[in-house]
Amino acid sequence: MSSSTSARTDDPPAVVLTGITKRFPGVVANSDVHLTVRRGEVHALCGENGAGKSTLMKILYGMQPPDEGTIEVNGEQVRFRTPSDAIKAGIGMVHQHFMLADNLTVQENVVLGAEALHGIGQKARKRIIELSGKTGLNVDPGVLVEQLGVADRQRVEILKVLYRGAKVIILDEPTAVLVPQEVNELFDTVRGMQEQGYTFLFISHKLDEVRAIADSVTVIRRGTTVGSADPKTVSSRQLAEMMVGSELPSPETRESTVTDKVVLDVRGLKLMTPDGSRPILDDVDLVVRSGEVVGIAGVEGNGQTELVETVMGMRKAGSGTITLLDADLTKLGTLARREAGIGYVPEDRHRHGLLLTQPLWYNRILGYQTRKPTSKGIWLDTDGAKKDTERIVADFDVRTPGIDVPAAALSGGNQQKLVVGRELSGDPKLLIASHPTRGVDVGAQALIWDEIKRARAAGLAVLLISADLDELIGLSDTIKVMLRGRLVADADPNTVTPEDLGSAMTGAGATSASVQETGTAHGTAVVEEGAN
Amino acid sequence: MGHLRGKLLPPALAIVFSMLLCGVALVISGANPLSAFGAMVTQVGKGSTLVDIVNSTGIYYIAALAVAIGFQMNLFNIGVEGQYRVAAVIAAVVGGSIALPPGIHTLVIIVVAALAGAAWAAIPAILKVTRGVNEVISTIMMNGLAIGLSAYLIRRDVFGELRGNNIRTAEIPESGWMPGISFGGGGTMFGFIFVAIALGVGYWVMMNKTRFGFELRASGESSTAASAGGVNAKKMVLVSMLLSGAIAGLISLPELLGRDHTFSLNFTAGIGFSGIAIALLGRNHPGGIAFGALLWAFLDKSGLALDNVGVPREIVTIMQGSIVLSVVVAYEVVRRFELAAEQRRVGRELGTVGGAA
Ligand SMILES: Nc1ncnc2c1ncn2[C@@H]1O[C@H](COP(=O)(O)OP(=O)(O)OP(=O)(O)O)[C@@H](O)[C@H]1O
Ligand SMILES: [Mg+2]
Repeated sequence: MSSSTSARTDDPPAVVLTGITKRFPGVVANSDVHLTVRRGEVHALCGENGAGKSTLMKILYGMQPPDEGTIEVNGEQVRFRTPSDAIKAGIGMVHQHFMLADNLTVQENVVLGAEALHGIGQKARKRIIELSGKTGLNVDPGVLVEQLGVADRQRVEILKVLYRGAKVIILDEPTAVLVPQEVNELFDTVRGMQEQGYTFLFISHKLDEVRAIADSVTVIRRGTTVGSADPKTVSSRQLAEMMVGSELPSPETRESTVTDKVVLDVRGLKLMTPDGSRPILDDVDLVVRSGEVVGIAGVEGNGQTELVETVMGMRKAGSGTITLLDADLTKLGTLARREAGIGYVPEDRHRHGLLLTQPLWYNRILGYQTRKPTSKGIWLDTDGAKKDTERIVADFDVRTPGIDVPAAALSGGNQQKLVVGRELSGDPKLLIASHPTRGVDVGAQALIWDEIKRARAAGLAVLLISADLDELIGLSDTIKVMLRGRLVADADPNTVTPEDLGSAMTGAGATSASVQETGTAHGTAVVEEGAN
Repeated sequence: MGHLRGKLLPPALAIVFSMLLCGVALVISGANPLSAFGAMVTQVGKGSTLVDIVNSTGIYYIAALAVAIGFQMNLFNIGVEGQYRVAAVIAAVVGGSIALPPGIHTLVIIVVAALAGAAWAAIPAILKVTRGVNEVISTIMMNGLAIGLSAYLIRRDVFGELRGNNIRTAEIPESGWMPGISFGGGGTMFGFIFVAIALGVGYWVMMNKTRFGFELRASGESSTAASAGGVNAKKMVLVSMLLSGAIAGLISLPELLGRDHTFSLNFTAGIGFSGIAIALLGRNHPGGIAFGALLWAFLDKSGLALDNVGVPREIVTIMQGSIVLSVVVAYEVVRRFELAAEQRRVGRELGTVGGAA
């Protein structure tokens, strides 16, 4: 039980979950979970990948019915059939992946599906402006969502939930996509709203954040509540031990293995928006050597995604060349690039990494359909694929009832481990890793880091994109800062701090000797643009 | 095991349900459903009905395979209807105008039919790949064009000739026929049935054992993940459309090579549309499709007996329609039921605490 501390209040708790049990084929996702959330608190939920956090929240949000157990909201027992029942009871959920329509305005996104509340006109607009203050969103409701950065998009998501009248707000891994400054702003927003009586349920694998924001912490392990902790006194290490029984990892990798053998050589890469109005990638030059990890730092939406997809051949560059170990890849398709020795961990594992309804071993074949051990000539080698999947499941600690379950049945973190394991298979020459540990728990994070370091020591070149600056600084041998489609600065991972890097990323210019702007012309431009 | 039950139960439920539905329809129209169904079943043993059913099953089977290949990657090739019509007329014209040794002659006709079907499918495929034209719309339009083209090609001033009051293409000489298996009064089974079986086996092997099948299924499931995995989406659209068209081109060959030896106004139309329903019923699985084709053929051929007991034969069409509709519902119902049963089973095995692996 996690009936937190003593705080005797006359109010009934905002949410009480009692004896929640939820089973999936081969797995008990939640078993006899008890959770009490007091009104006005920020209640964090911690637990390793597959512990059952998302499942529990989906149950509270009416997306999945529990097999057993009851839900009480404000002291009254409720039964949600759909999310709209939950919304009526004042519960809202912000999913980890944004669900906004880019080509609609903020107002349209917020009002969509809730037209009955305040219509779609001036009244709605007034209400949105009223609520905007609470979330710290400072944009006109008429602005298109595609023009917003990630942090503002997240505020729009929260706004959406508020607009529907939520008093209890579930945030499932909200900080995974944010840089430190943005995390701080989000936390300011949360604290401000907390004072006005809002209650938060907060999921994160970043334990420092949990300790910074939460009033109480409930730890879930293997589907059941194993205890609660006081975030003011508990250390991240103790929390991690409660969750997984292992120590907090560190990405430190100081002994350099960089060689002078160039693996990836990108020159003058340009990519325009589909309408040709402005460049997304502007003259990017990039070299990654054998045994080197090159990290790209940048706020989401500054061209990192496009850079990766262009190097992978999923987008066609306007001009420039891409060379891998003396082989010119510029004109080749994605398959040929993969065959030449590129492994690719995509930033969105659902969209680009997995066939969700297919079994794990079938997913092993994706990207390797022309190579051993998953194929022989025109034939698939299903036995080979199954055996190698077993290997990945064992080596990368993928928690699954078996390799025949569909990929959709794995928790987010375990899906990620499967993808990383697959992309490190077959001795790639270059690994392109976008947020390789996004959504994985601390234990699995250490494991993935170790695997990357091991491969790097054996000569792997790694292009790393990550919003987690500790990871970026810890793993990289070289860091480049990307802003508006250009590589604008180099940072020295030995000396740079996350704060310095953060301000360089937002275009505030170099504030530290560890960050060197590349090319004065660009540098000044950046400072000017950053100033407004 | 539950696995198999999940696959077999829905079609069974759907058939029972549609029989009930038709039974009610029959009662309302004043007929006795039991005697109607009885007449259909006993009809199987009469005359050549059994062999007719087998022949018709083979034809439906090929049509449904053609549709299923498209379905595997979410391509709705509604144009199977037009593709096999064009293939039939072209194969008949070519077959009737060349002289080759037996065997080779037949083979040439088969190849020509497949190529003609593929060529007709190539137009919507290319439109989709280059201009993004929705294949549903373009293939439907191609169906309309196919009717016009075939009517033009059998005009007497083009390739047609008048026989009695029927216009047809020149007869294919005997060297181009495909012999069947004769059962005397029981009718003659088309030799092409064996080709249909081979196609089914080939389809299964392709989907489950080859790289191409993998790429097809991957593109169908998630085009974004497939493209990140190096599957060329446009190539897959093109190739699967052509393949679907090539198989569609073979649909009319059992009759052309085994019985008619000419394309005439008596051409059997509508098989492409039945193929869509059968592919749905069989869930794109070669075994499921075989079952669906057999059911369709049975309803078609035994339905002829209904006239004898004074029941309108169109009741069969109602039955076919309601089977397709109810099978979709039944799959969903059974799926949910299985899920709940599985959860109870896991619960029993693992107890209520712990065990999340
Ligand atoms: N739809 C589903 N079908 C089958 N099993 C599922 C399904 N959803 C979740 N599970 C299983 O339930 C367990 C809990 O999953 P859940 O997504 O709640 O984990 P989580 O704590 O959110 O993990 P993560 O930190 O990796 O996101 C996992 O073992 C997962 O495999
Ligand atoms: Mg989760």
